[in-house]
Amino acid sequence: MAFSQSEVLAGLAEIVNEETGIAAESVQLEKSFTDDLDIDSISMMTIVVNAEDKFGVKIPDEEVKNLITVGDAVSFISSAQA
Amino acid sequence: MTHPELKQYTPVKYSRIYSLGAARGDLVVTNEEVAGPIDSSDEWIRQRTGIITRRRASASLSLMDMAEQASNEAIKKAGIDPQEIGAVIFSTITHPHQTPSAAALLAEKIGANPSPAFDISAACAGYCYGVAQADALVRSGMAKYVLVIGGEKLSDFIDPTDRSISFLLGDGAGAAIIGPSDTPGISPTVWGSDGSHWDAVGMSASLLELRDGTATWPTLRQEGQTVFRWAVWEMAKVAKRALEAAGVEPEDLSAMVTHQANMRIIDELAKQLKLPESVVVARDIVYTGNTSAASVPLAMHALLESGEVKSGGLALQIGFGAGLAFGAQVVVLP
Repeated sequence: MAFSQSEVLAGLAEIVNEETGIAAESVQLEKSFTDDLDIDSISMMTIVVNAEDKFGVKIPDEEVKNLITVGDAVSFISSAQA
Repeated sequence: MTHPELKQYTPVKYSRIYSLGAARGDLVVTNEEVAGPIDSSDEWIRQRTGIITRRRASASLSLMDMAEQASNEAIKKAGIDPQEIGAVIFSTITHPHQTPSAAALLAEKIGANPSPAFDISAACAGYCYGVAQADALVRSGMAKYVLVIGGEKLSDFIDPTDRSISFLLGDGAGAAIIGPSDTPGISPTVWGSDGSHWDAVGMSASLLELRDGTATWPTLRQEGQTVFRWAVWEMAKVAKRALEAAGVEPEDLSAMVTHQANMRIIDELAKQLKLPESVVVARDIVYTGNTSAASVPLAMHALLESGEVKSGGLALQIGFGAGLAFGAQVVVLP
């Protein structure tokens, strides 16, 4: 079953909250993981692995550095599951 | 043509770790001391690595000095004559000679000459690789006692301005005497390598590039995210396979002693394995830093010395690092 973009955002926000304690409503498309949400590289990798599990997609290591904003991650996950 | 039947080694049924020995660098290096060149802070390093101090060796304390100290402690505690040692296996990536081996010199220094002696290069997995080989040598009857050493002077191979790994690293040596046993003391080893990630951790350049002037002194580097993902999620699978091979459940363990790479890896690995609270998780990294091949025996030695775990309990030990190489086994604590 494919997740809609809003479902991916909501699911991602939940994962971010679980890993970092950041309020889910702060996880918005235009927010940068590092600059706005202050998520470090190790937490980012934990979020990536949990997102892979949740959405049934593969996010290769070399792709992770391109996921600058929450919107980048939502787009990548949405197209990867298509 | 007929010939007499060949004699072969007479196997013994079981092996175990008799004793451990430990030596750490003589300098206590704080986060403040390493933070400057990487534009960082004590808080940043603590949050990202769990390290408060790391132990490093001064110029006058060599890798061999630390290895000798740790080995002598292990030999003394085992109550054996060094002449009974049938093999010396030294895991290191920081012995400064391509050849001869560190092991041969160590064997001479500790009175084990003319024992077979050789080095292995499996980085942070090296001690567990060494235990696997020692277990096989003892049970095959090829050696009565084997000395396994994991030793590093990583501070000779760091770049203070490197933000990927240098600030984590420390110096030390951990030793184990392994010998025959009446009861099982070392489980089957789950070990392997993944050369598709050969570049993920290692030296910044080769010696040939240094010779040709195309590189400066090679130092350690890593791709942190790639290594973190592998160290947690792939090593969780390896740890589960090691428990299964040993025939034990997580709740049967007294301790989990992982390679002390980074506290975040240790904590996440413990979480993935769903270890009950009764299992003591080794966190020697806090005051020792990451000492590569030395970290597993140093961490186990620290748990035994502090009384957090007792002799006779079971410990899952797992090493993982450059190669990428990994090795895990369940052992009875000496």
